[in-house]
Amino acid sequence: MEEMEIGCGKPTGAVVGDPAKDEVIEQEEEKAKEVVMAVAKIGKKAPDFQAPAFHKGEFRQVKLSDYLGKWVVLCFYPGDFTFV
Amino acid sequence: MDVEVLAVSVDSQFVHKVWQEEELSRMVDGGVPFPMVSDGAGKIGSVYGVYDEAGGVDVRGRFIIDPDGVIQAIEVLIPPVGRNVSELLRQIQAFQLVRKTKGAEATPSGWQPGRPTLKPGPDLVGKVWEVWKTDLAF
Repeated sequence: MEEMEIGCGKPTGAVVGDPAKDEVIEQEEEKAKEVVMAVAKIGKKAPDFQAPAFHKGEFRQVKLSDYLGKWVVLCFYPGDFTFV
Repeated sequence: MDVEVLAVSVDSQFVHKVWQEEELSRMVDGGVPFPMVSDGAGKIGSVYGVYDEAGGVDVRGRFIIDPDGVIQAIEVLIPPVGRNVSELLRQIQAFQLVRKTKGAEATPSGWQPGRPTLKPGPDLVGKVWEVWKTDLAF
C-alpha cells in the first residue's frame, strides 16, 4: 500500500477500482458540472473512500480500494464509548 | 475465513486510540485488531446511506464486500440494537461458498456450514420440497 498523507475521511466519488471523481474532474477541468457521487447498492461495486484510521497503535490513512482481492466487512457504528 | 474488517464511526482517530486503550483492550486481549476508521463529517456514511444527519452519527450499517469490490450484503440497524456476529459469520461462509462454486450451488434459508446446498437448474424446479424441509430454516 502506498503511503498516503493523513487527511479527513471522504468518499472518492467513484466505486472501488475506478479513478477518483476529483481526479477525473481535474483532467476535465473545463467542465464545471456537479460531481455525482457513487452510492452503495447491493450487487454493485462499493463506493471507494479514504480516511484516517487508528490501527495497531499507529495513525494511518486507509483506502477501501486497497482491499480489492480480499473479502471485507465494513462496519459503521454510532460512536466510541457508547453502550451497545 | 480470510476477511478484513474496517470499523467506521464519526469519532476522530484520536478518540479511537483512547477508546481502544481505555476500554476495548479490557474487553479484547490486545485491543481490536482491525483499523478503526474516522468518518468525521459523515461523508462516507452518507454515500453508504447510513449517516443520520439529525443525530450526527453513522448508524449500525454492515456491508459484506467481495474480492471484486462488489457489495454482497447490507444490514442496517438503529443504534440501540446490537448485531449478531454468528449471523455475520454464517453469511460470509455462504457468500464464499456461492462464489467458490461460481453460483452452481445456492444456500437455502437457514443454511449452516455442513448442511446441504441447492443446485439451481431445470431439475430442481418444483422439487425444492423434496430436498429442503421447513425445519431446516431454523
